[in-house]
Amino acid sequence: MNEPVAYMERTRRYYAAQSFEPYRWAQFEDVPFAPLGKPLRDCTLALVTTAAQYDREESDPRYVDSGPVAPPPPRLYANDLSWDKKATHLDDRGTYLPIERLQELVADGRLGALAPRFHCVPTEYSQRRTRDADAPEVLRRCSEDGADIALLVPL
Amino acid sequence: MSLVARHLEANGIPTVILGSALDIVEHCRVARFAFVDFPLGNPCGKPYDVPMQRDIVASALGMFETATAPNTQHLPQRWGDNGWRDAYMAIREEDVAALRRKGEARRADRQALRDAGRVRGE
Repeated sequence: MNEPVAYMERTRRYYAAQSFEPYRWAQFEDVPFAPLGKPLRDCTLALVTTAAQYDREESDPRYVDSGPVAPPPPRLYANDLSWDKKATHLDDRGTYLPIERLQELVADGRLGALAPRFHCVPTEYSQRRTRDADAPEVLRRCSEDGADIALLVPL
Repeated sequence: MSLVARHLEANGIPTVILGSALDIVEHCRVARFAFVDFPLGNPCGKPYDVPMQRDIVASALGMFETATAPNTQHLPQRWGDNGWRDAYMAIREEDVAALRRKGEARRADRQALRDAGRVRGE
């Protein structure tokens, strides 16, 4: 049995080696919890990712973006994010944006529907931007699409 | 992503995070977390392994029904080879000087972007 990787410690060491100040990850006392209001088979699900629809430069300003699930995008991009580029790749979109797997669950009657758009959330250094701008924008788009629940898949 | 999940929950939209960074997500605290112990990048399953991807996504969805309070579920799927665990962000002795230079270059790039006004508005 392997211990899960201590990503916070690894990241701290890696950025300390570049003489960056230690990053302070968000932490809260409370946990907002919305109970499921109706059966899953009647719910519309929004899919949310940290990947992007274009090959972003690390320096590009980032905003919430959305794309259609039908037709689905051939792939998304995340070269500007920290993920394990040595151990794996993003060539199979099903590994991080599982549109087809969710559509199969809809076809099986397990899930009501997949919302018409997926949403791309920028990974921001500034927690305030995520909290005050991006999170409300994702909520707005989920509501616009009639989504009852959301599956968030960070890379 | 955890901050987005918390905002959706606070506004009545139940969420599941399906991801592989256990410590980071649990540090923030979220409503429902389906943890897949894989290298970062493929939380929905190994590339081209459709049955595994289907099982993982179905398990994540199941949390909407089973979790009645904030909860992390450790999914049983395994990546196989474990070499990635120690290799990720490993700093070897010979990397130290290059990392220091990388940091200096990044700080210079960011300053140039700020000077040029090419940063996201507040």
